[in-house]
Amino acid sequence: MSSFRTPLGKVRGLGSAKEGTEHFWKQRLTAASNLILVCIAMVLLAKIVGADYATVKRTLAKPQNAILLLLLILSGIIHMRLGMQSIIEDYVHSEGRKVIALMLNSFFTLVVGLTCVFAVLKLSFGG
Amino acid sequence: MAEATRVIERPLSPHISVYRVMINTVMSIVHRITGAALYFGTLLLAAWLVGAAMGERQFAMVNNLFGHPIGKLILFGYTWAIFQHMLGGLRHFLWDTGRGFQIWQVNLLSWLTIIGSISLTLATWAIGFSLRGGL
Repeated sequence: MSSFRTPLGKVRGLGSAKEGTEHFWKQRLTAASNLILVCIAMVLLAKIVGADYATVKRTLAKPQNAILLLLLILSGIIHMRLGMQSIIEDYVHSEGRKVIALMLNSFFTLVVGLTCVFAVLKLSFGG
Repeated sequence: MAEATRVIERPLSPHISVYRVMINTVMSIVHRITGAALYFGTLLLAAWLVGAAMGERQFAMVNNLFGHPIGKLILFGYTWAIFQHMLGGLRHFLWDTGRGFQIWQVNLLSWLTIIGSISLTLATWAIGFSLRGGL
């Protein structure tokens, strides 16, 4: 079968959306990191379940735990944003509403993510 | 350009509703639903972290909300959603390699996903309660 695609287009392999497999790859990459980070975070949570405030604060302020949480938040919100983007693109067909929903998706994930990051940093450096 | 678009009732090809509901259908839909639930469930993590960062009183407030029966039920559901989505994701990783597409394999993986997620959720809460020394 003859193809109408240009040789350059074939080599780039980005398709009509100009993003290639970027969405798919980032979804899988963050899925893998989420898997690892969530499992470690559950162990951390098990250590402080039912503990008093001072213990919780001291534990979360430890560098290894704070870094774990920061990585989890970062990995989590990227994965969340991509997943919700797929849902929106599947179900919201009106162009205007879709664009607004996609914007809200970006805003929501960033606000939640940065709020969590700020809280973790405050626990570590806030005294 | 300014012509009003006429809505023509065209016949549609058969879609999801013509197929019998099977376990992999349900697991596929549940994967998306749990994904969306976890999306908003992140607010629980945010509330907990912000409470901890704000101070002892605020942290106690968040813990009280989480400790309420309804709060516990939500957290229980959140735990299940995590495991269900995690195992569903592992299934997708396997499929990404081109394996596991035989009908019996798909069915087996679907059942393993739901049984695994429920078992892991119950185990996690059992461990959680035993660490705390009771309900």
